[in-house]
Amino acid sequence: MLDVRNLAFGFGARRVGTDVTFTLSKGETLAVLGGNGAGKTTLFRTLLGLLPPQAGEIHVGGDALDALAPSERARRLAYVPQQHVPSFGFSVEEIVLMGRASRLSAFARPGTADRAAAADALERLGIVALAPRPITELSGGERQLVLVARALAQQAPVLVLDEPTASLDFGNRARVLAEIDRLRGSGLTIVFSTHEPDQALAHADRALLLAEGRPLALDAVSRALTAENVERLYRVRVRCVDAGANRRVFVSE
Amino acid sequence: MAGEGRHEVGIDGKHESSPEADTRSIRPCTGHPARPSRDGNPEHRFVTSAQRTPLVLVGAICVLIVLALIALGSGRYPIGPAEMASVIWKRLSGVGEAGTADAVVWQIRMPRVAVAALVGAALAAAGTAYQHLFRNPLVAPDTLGVSSGAALGAVLGIFFGAGFLAIEGAAFISGLAAVGVVVLIASRLTAHDPLVTLILTGVVVASLLGAAISLLKYLADPYNQLPAITFWLMGSFASASTRDFATLLPAVVASLFVLIALAWRINLLALPEDEARALGVQTGYLRTTVIVAATLATGASVAVSGIIGWVGLVVPHMARLLVGPEFSRLLPAATIFGAIFLLAIDTIARSLAPIEVPPGILTAIVGTPVFIVLLARARRIY
Repeated sequence: MLDVRNLAFGFGARRVGTDVTFTLSKGETLAVLGGNGAGKTTLFRTLLGLLPPQAGEIHVGGDALDALAPSERARRLAYVPQQHVPSFGFSVEEIVLMGRASRLSAFARPGTADRAAAADALERLGIVALAPRPITELSGGERQLVLVARALAQQAPVLVLDEPTASLDFGNRARVLAEIDRLRGSGLTIVFSTHEPDQALAHADRALLLAEGRPLALDAVSRALTAENVERLYRVRVRCVDAGANRRVFVSE
Repeated sequence: MAGEGRHEVGIDGKHESSPEADTRSIRPCTGHPARPSRDGNPEHRFVTSAQRTPLVLVGAICVLIVLALIALGSGRYPIGPAEMASVIWKRLSGVGEAGTADAVVWQIRMPRVAVAALVGAALAAAGTAYQHLFRNPLVAPDTLGVSSGAALGAVLGIFFGAGFLAIEGAAFISGLAAVGVVVLIASRLTAHDPLVTLILTGVVVASLLGAAISLLKYLADPYNQLPAITFWLMGSFASASTRDFATLLPAVVASLFVLIALAWRINLLALPEDEARALGVQTGYLRTTVIVAATLATGASVAVSGIIGWVGLVVPHMARLLVGPEFSRLLPAATIFGAIFLLAIDTIARSLAPIEVPPGILTAIVGTPVFIVLLARARRIY
């Protein structure tokens, strides 16, 4: 579904990351980890076609990303940004409907099918009741769910989430992660970034560890996220603790 | 918006008002997600801005018609409702002899009323478009420097004795150049507050354009050109003619046509740039098209009536308060409100005192406090 080969990325002449290679098939989930400034967001912007790659290739659904028209790209890749800074008080329903833009011509307005897709996305995330409310009045956690709903309305097979749980409280974090688990189950290919190795272990199939733009490890989560790798990635002493129920958590020392 | 009897889903884990809401908040989407029906459900008892829009539009059109009748009737030769009815009936039926009242209404006041309403509509529509596409509640044709740019073009036209269409064209092109320069400079400045940076750049560029206009006035022939430039710059509808209306109308209609055709997609320009592009929008093309359309309306307005500030800033906010930010609802509302606003201002300006007050002075009295309030609020989420 998503095929990345020898990708180098950055802005203009400045290189942020290099040598990223991975292939994700349908239904697979990749967690991207790395310290602040490791290049996670730049990698994602490149994967989404918002930034031209400096070297290497990206294929989505068998086609080269740079050969796709912007609307076709958006039909294959949906993006959930780290934080949505609302400018005007659009209603939640209007925001989610915007996810349909890639399926509408420039002069069109959303029709019945688009409204149905938006309603379905709201329903899947259990936020139907928020539909008429202005996005500016919502809490951070609610806004994050609205952005996920908008990405679902896009009906793209690949979902890219940039730190979906950053700046969320403990409860909202758990809710958003539960959503990611449900989306994994529905056959979406998911790439998300996180600062929590535990999250990657529990909610992803594979993990990409980025240290200063270079992959430190790329493997199944159980093999990539070892105490040694996590120590090297964040340069702190960590201990891996068995939390029961087949879960491991990392504790810094 | 605080509707009673409405409980939130409680993503936050707060505000739950029933055990049912509680379970939903913990597991947001298991089994049968509650989908409240639109009618009869207390959650939807409050009126959304979408539902309110048709009422607002119909109401605004009625207000505009009544206001136009008042404007046609008031002035040094007042025409009462009965006489106005007969004047209109004579025009519609073609029966009866035209008298003084008919001449006053159709030849003197009608062009002025029509031009004032159309300029108000054009400036408000342009302001709404600029605010959406720059994601900035503080921008407007005047704060972006577009009005000053268009004014410089028009003054150049007057200076070189150009015809009316050439003046309009020059106003459009130099208005476009002004907004281009402002956007270019503001995008190169890496500032911590992009909202205010864009406005400051607009003000700085406008002041440079103002200096160029002053230079032209200094060089202009003091007996013919200078008074023409000065009175026109002050912004007035006193000399508005049918010819003005006829040159203004096509530009405004073309601009509104483009904005209405693209209305839904223009919403996406109000999203952060990356989000809009990830949703498949070619933001560069769309943004350029919208800027050209909005600047066309601004340039034509300035060419006809000089710089009338604040309309494009204040009116979009009034409209947004009533119908919300969704552009395909907002644009028609703002356009009609703009016509009402400027027509009301012009009618007051010519009936307040024995001599006419330039309408720009009245719009500034209304606009300045509104702008200060917006400036205070702009740093918060808008």
